[in-house]
Amino acid sequence: MKEARINELYFRDFDKPLSRDRRDFLKKLGNGIIIIFSIGELGILNGCSFGKGGEEDDFNAYLRIKEDGRVDCFTGKIEMGQGVITSIAQVLAEELDVPLSQVDMIMGDTEICPYDAGTWGSMTTRFFDPVLRAAAAEARMVLIELAAEHLKVDKEQLKAAEGVVFLTSDPKKKVDYATLTKGKKIVRKPSGEAHQKTPDEFRIIGKPVISLDAEIKVRGVAKYSGDIRLPGMKYARIKRPPSHGSKLVSMDGSAIEGMEGVELFQDGDFIFVLHDNPENAGQAIARVKAEWEVPESKANDQTIFDYIKKTATDAEVFEEGGNLETGRSQADVVVEEEYFDGYKAHASIETHTATAEFKDGKLTMWASSQTPFGTRQAISDTFKIPLDKVHMKQIFLGGGFGGKIYNQQAIEAARIAIMTQKPVQLIWTRQEEFMYDMFRSAAVMKAMSGVDKNGKMTMWEYDIYCAGSRGCNLFYEVPNNRTRTLNKEGLHPFGTGAWRAPGNSTTTFARESHIDITAHRAGIDPVEFRLNNMKEPRMKRTLELAAKTFGWEPGVTPSGRGVGVALGFDAGTYVAIIAQVEVDKNTGKVQPVRIVCAQDMGQVVNPHGAAIQTEGGITMGLGYALSEDVVFDWGKVNTSNFDDYEITRFATTPVIEAVFIDDMNSAPQGGGEPAIICVGGAIANAVFDACGARVFQVPITPERILAALEI
Amino acid sequence: MKKTIQFTFNNKPTTLEVEDNQTLLWVIRTSLNMTGTKYGCGFGHCGSCTVLVDKEPTRTCLTMADFVEGKNVLTIEGLARNGELHPVQKAFVEHDALQCGFCTPGMIVNAIGLLYRNPEPTRQEIIDGMHENLCRCGSYGRILDAIQSASKEMKGGKWL
Repeated sequence: MKEARINELYFRDFDKPLSRDRRDFLKKLGNGIIIIFSIGELGILNGCSFGKGGEEDDFNAYLRIKEDGRVDCFTGKIEMGQGVITSIAQVLAEELDVPLSQVDMIMGDTEICPYDAGTWGSMTTRFFDPVLRAAAAEARMVLIELAAEHLKVDKEQLKAAEGVVFLTSDPKKKVDYATLTKGKKIVRKPSGEAHQKTPDEFRIIGKPVISLDAEIKVRGVAKYSGDIRLPGMKYARIKRPPSHGSKLVSMDGSAIEGMEGVELFQDGDFIFVLHDNPENAGQAIARVKAEWEVPESKANDQTIFDYIKKTATDAEVFEEGGNLETGRSQADVVVEEEYFDGYKAHASIETHTATAEFKDGKLTMWASSQTPFGTRQAISDTFKIPLDKVHMKQIFLGGGFGGKIYNQQAIEAARIAIMTQKPVQLIWTRQEEFMYDMFRSAAVMKAMSGVDKNGKMTMWEYDIYCAGSRGCNLFYEVPNNRTRTLNKEGLHPFGTGAWRAPGNSTTTFARESHIDITAHRAGIDPVEFRLNNMKEPRMKRTLELAAKTFGWEPGVTPSGRGVGVALGFDAGTYVAIIAQVEVDKNTGKVQPVRIVCAQDMGQVVNPHGAAIQTEGGITMGLGYALSEDVVFDWGKVNTSNFDDYEITRFATTPVIEAVFIDDMNSAPQGGGEPAIICVGGAIANAVFDACGARVFQVPITPERILAALEI
Repeated sequence: MKKTIQFTFNNKPTTLEVEDNQTLLWVIRTSLNMTGTKYGCGFGHCGSCTVLVDKEPTRTCLTMADFVEGKNVLTIEGLARNGELHPVQKAFVEHDALQCGFCTPGMIVNAIGLLYRNPEPTRQEIIDGMHENLCRCGSYGRILDAIQSASKEMKGGKWL
């Protein structure tokens, strides 16, 4: 899938998995019991069959029970710290009745895994789990049928557990999966007839499980793309312009003549060096002189918001109801404000990296990519290599957060490998990472709300510039409302893209700040105000759980306690965060003390993993809420390292409590992204409650707090 | 200019030819082919490249290779003994104190260095001692818990 298409979808709410292609992988597979299934075919859950009987090409995932009884699960998903290597294995082990330790996850290899649109959008659990369960149940049914033949008993008398099928009345009469599988090749699709476990039968789903990849990671032996070593491999460094949109005027490589082992290459604006040693490559590229024509600046990090308001004129109504004029006339209090969010970087600790080898017309690559299949397609398109001559290999990612959907580094590494016919490794420096990141967009939100004498909202008008509509369906009950998005193609001075729950942190910050201001102006407790105006019952119960867990005591802001609430909806999950902060009124410094996050994510497959994702989202979210901002002058990104881009540290991290609505009977929803969306709003509201400073822009820096206190 | 250095690397006497402008980070990652020590920022801001040099947590991206002449260098790969995980590694697994795992080697090594200096740190002392190690996935709380529980496990100088 193309990056542009991912962007288009990712900034919205979507409720189904995306395209698949048809390839016959089965020829490559050895013996075993193989169940093929499609993440797109949610119909099988309802007992529908595939309808194309006999064809084995319409699938995008499969599992195989091997002749030794171990189980391979093949998926195009990748592991970047979000924990699906564990949660998928858990689901499979549960439904197939094998020990978790018997499952091997084979992920993101484009030659042996079926097509996948990419690991993003908190889709894995939502869309993968239900079909994987159906497939595993099918496999268990096949095994029980085989066991019935083997043991010469009726299959109704048999039961499976821990990789063994046994006679219910005489458990000593048994046969293991390995014996049943030996010498066989059985390929099936889920028929929908196999019994799937009900939550009361679960022994693995819903139980805390330690991440399966934890041990290799603490030993330092988990492989990331920069850890690959190929015989004769060279390290590449590329000459970068000072600014996006620059054009090369001249290049002078004379200063590197005589540097041992350095090779310099040029293809138009693309200049790079190779060396056996990455540092020598770095020293060489620094000596190459290049002059560039730099485009004129149209905006910088201070003026970007006016520029956006002026430029983003393509308006689209996202949601509308009633009549805004009516709402305004019914209001006792009308509140109108603007909110701002600067560009944010993904800032994974692993920079974009790719190792590539071009041999006999085939490109093999290990790339830190959230979209191995999309990257394969892009390389195939760019270099006119047939798709089956590009092979992306399985590799761990050192963080992604949406930033590794975009793989400029993979295209660059492929270009170098093809041009030089040498195995190469390209590791972006931290400065390159900050320059070529596809940033979370700067944005402006204009909000107007009206509330009547009874504390009921009568109107909600919301214009979102450059942050999309994801999570923006109103869950508050407001009869007269309109939400619009305003954009303009090519507005930004550099690349922008999907950043964990795209756009939703930005719009949730603005909406929840505005709701808080409205509650304050109406003189009503912020939790009570939200409950009074709530439309969505699942949002309501999530807020109630958060308030109960936190021990919320009603009060009118600013109460001096430093407590703030924010609500949001993302990837099918309802989120309520209550934050407590301390604010030093002399310095403006904010210390988060405690954050409670309640979520309704339906069935929680791995509560432990879900808690970790929640903690991670909140911790990352504190960065955009309090300190992260990209400094730039048009295409020149001045932010270059972690000393001028302050992400959350140990000392900033508060006590975090993650609680979940217990609903094992409903469908699982997103877990990797949702929690982060409420952090900015909750912190903004807690800061106001602590000291009366209302800050309309994230990050909520000490300077902005002190400025707000002076007003 | 090339020069030959001798040092102990992961408990083995090692002789190596290095350039005098090479950092320890890339010597470890390339010449010694131990890739658990990570490049994260190149300026000592993130801590992913930390190893122990004579028990002192050291940012290898800022340390020249010849600095370790005659010294004892321990990387993440050298912590386990006969395959058994170091108590800090074990505690990281038990507390699931990691996600993507990229900062993890630096976190663990830095924590062990901290425990050498201060075997029974308070929570605040751990926060202060780990301040320059960054984790984007947000595992800080669990890492603190892991280090605290490892320090209890190691009481009496076990493994130190």
